[in-house]
Amino acid sequence: MQNINNIYFDYQATTPVDPRVLDKMLPYFSDIYGNPHSRNHSYGWFAEEAVEMARENVAKIIGANPKEIIFTSGATESNNLAIKGLAEFYGDKKNHIITCVTEHKCVLESCRYLAEKKDFKITYLPVKSDGLIDLNELKSHITEKTLMVSIMGVHNEIGVIQPLKEIGKICRDQGVFFHSDCAQAIGKIELDVEEMNLDLMSISGHKIYAPKGVGALYIRRKPRVRISAIMSGGGQERGMRSGTLSPALCVGLGEACNIYSKEMKKENQKITNLKDRLLNGIRNSCSDIYLNGSEIHRVPGNLNLSFAYIEGESLMMGIKNLAVSSGSACTSASLEPSYVLKALGVEEELAHTSLRIGLGRFTTEKDVDSAVKQIVSEVKRLRSLSPLWEMAQEGVDLSKIKWASH
Amino acid sequence: MAYSKKLIDHYENPRNVGSMDKESKEVGTGLVGAPACGDVMKLQIKVNDSGVIEDAKFKTFGCGSAIASSSLITEWVKGKKIDQASEIKNTEIANHLALPPVKIHCSVLAEDAIKAAIADYKDKNKK
Repeated sequence: MQNINNIYFDYQATTPVDPRVLDKMLPYFSDIYGNPHSRNHSYGWFAEEAVEMARENVAKIIGANPKEIIFTSGATESNNLAIKGLAEFYGDKKNHIITCVTEHKCVLESCRYLAEKKDFKITYLPVKSDGLIDLNELKSHITEKTLMVSIMGVHNEIGVIQPLKEIGKICRDQGVFFHSDCAQAIGKIELDVEEMNLDLMSISGHKIYAPKGVGALYIRRKPRVRISAIMSGGGQERGMRSGTLSPALCVGLGEACNIYSKEMKKENQKITNLKDRLLNGIRNSCSDIYLNGSEIHRVPGNLNLSFAYIEGESLMMGIKNLAVSSGSACTSASLEPSYVLKALGVEEELAHTSLRIGLGRFTTEKDVDSAVKQIVSEVKRLRSLSPLWEMAQEGVDLSKIKWASH
Repeated sequence: MAYSKKLIDHYENPRNVGSMDKESKEVGTGLVGAPACGDVMKLQIKVNDSGVIEDAKFKTFGCGSAIASSSLITEWVKGKKIDQASEIKNTEIANHLALPPVKIHCSVLAEDAIKAAIADYKDKNKK
């Protein structure tokens, strides 16, 4: 297969498996192939030992006990299980959930399911223009019927970091469960389930250099949090998630966490330097480049940029050697700009001009320099084609023009 | 999404990019679309005494398909009488560039742009 997009800048979409992770996984495909749930022979015992070691590595990176970790197929499943499982177990007593308009679709859709089928009330918190929720607003919506608050740690599209510790404190004080989708947060920010008073946390493998198809859910034991299983089966994973585990995948997730436990600080510093090099490189040559989401409370690997006066998809077509993601949805079937950028109050015309550039473990200075060169040259070319750029240079106020919408 | 070679050629090497004096009586200007919708096309034609389009220029804010559609229509209208130019249909543009269904509106916008430019020219030269 010919890979046309030859520099990868989409680390929020997914990451390659780290070779060190793959090395740890390989024996569990063919040599140590036992069913980890087989109790009667060494094939099973060795596989089980590997799974339990992996569980420890996952627990360690979030300050949890291994018994509080269950393996799943990924963050989508973990989010579904956390939200629907908790609702199923406690739903007859409390039926109100607070989440946020910019959450991942799997959280929003799980909530919508509960609202439509289980008579739950859902509060969707708005976000401020920096992408963060307002803590007072959160507090004001909690009632005695509130079962849980679900707010993600780091945002997939705009990279902003929500104040998990403060949210956790509010939830604990009010006796409300706190769930966080931390798919994009693991290895990017320090996470501690005690300090943050987290009751449930969703983890994804493929966002942290482990394979696709594996994830985990943290479920607090003290004080105990109960969830109902959403799949029926053999009762694996303490009865909460049936199905034979894949030791290879679990080992991969565990090793990915293990690497982050040791290297997170160093890696974040490296990515911060690369991010600065990229952003400054573009801004030194082009004006009117806007960063979406908080400048301060964000992870370094995510640059969600609006390139005023040029449309995002045309820019993507021009920088075809760079694999980036369109912030505007013009490439997908719907032509609506991103619901996340809309929620931030980014004007629609700017939302149409945005790209998400994701940096990660294997991004190099050479990659960044090449990206700056291509982006700058294409931004200049497309602006020379843009009637909006021309009008802005002539001093026309674009917001005063009566456009015929179509 | 795979685009046709013709479309990519017009996107990478757009024809007739530029602007003409919009105050001139010989020039008709069409500005269609809206930034909030993600496409704006400005199409200008220069018409001689015998009603023939001598030159055409465009600038477009929009996706690759929108840029290609406007580039193509400037090529097509040059040398045509204004009445012939106003008969160009969006489907001809869409077929020529093999636009995917979700991008058909780009060709509609190009048709709107040429019609708006002709209307502006006629309006300026009302006897």
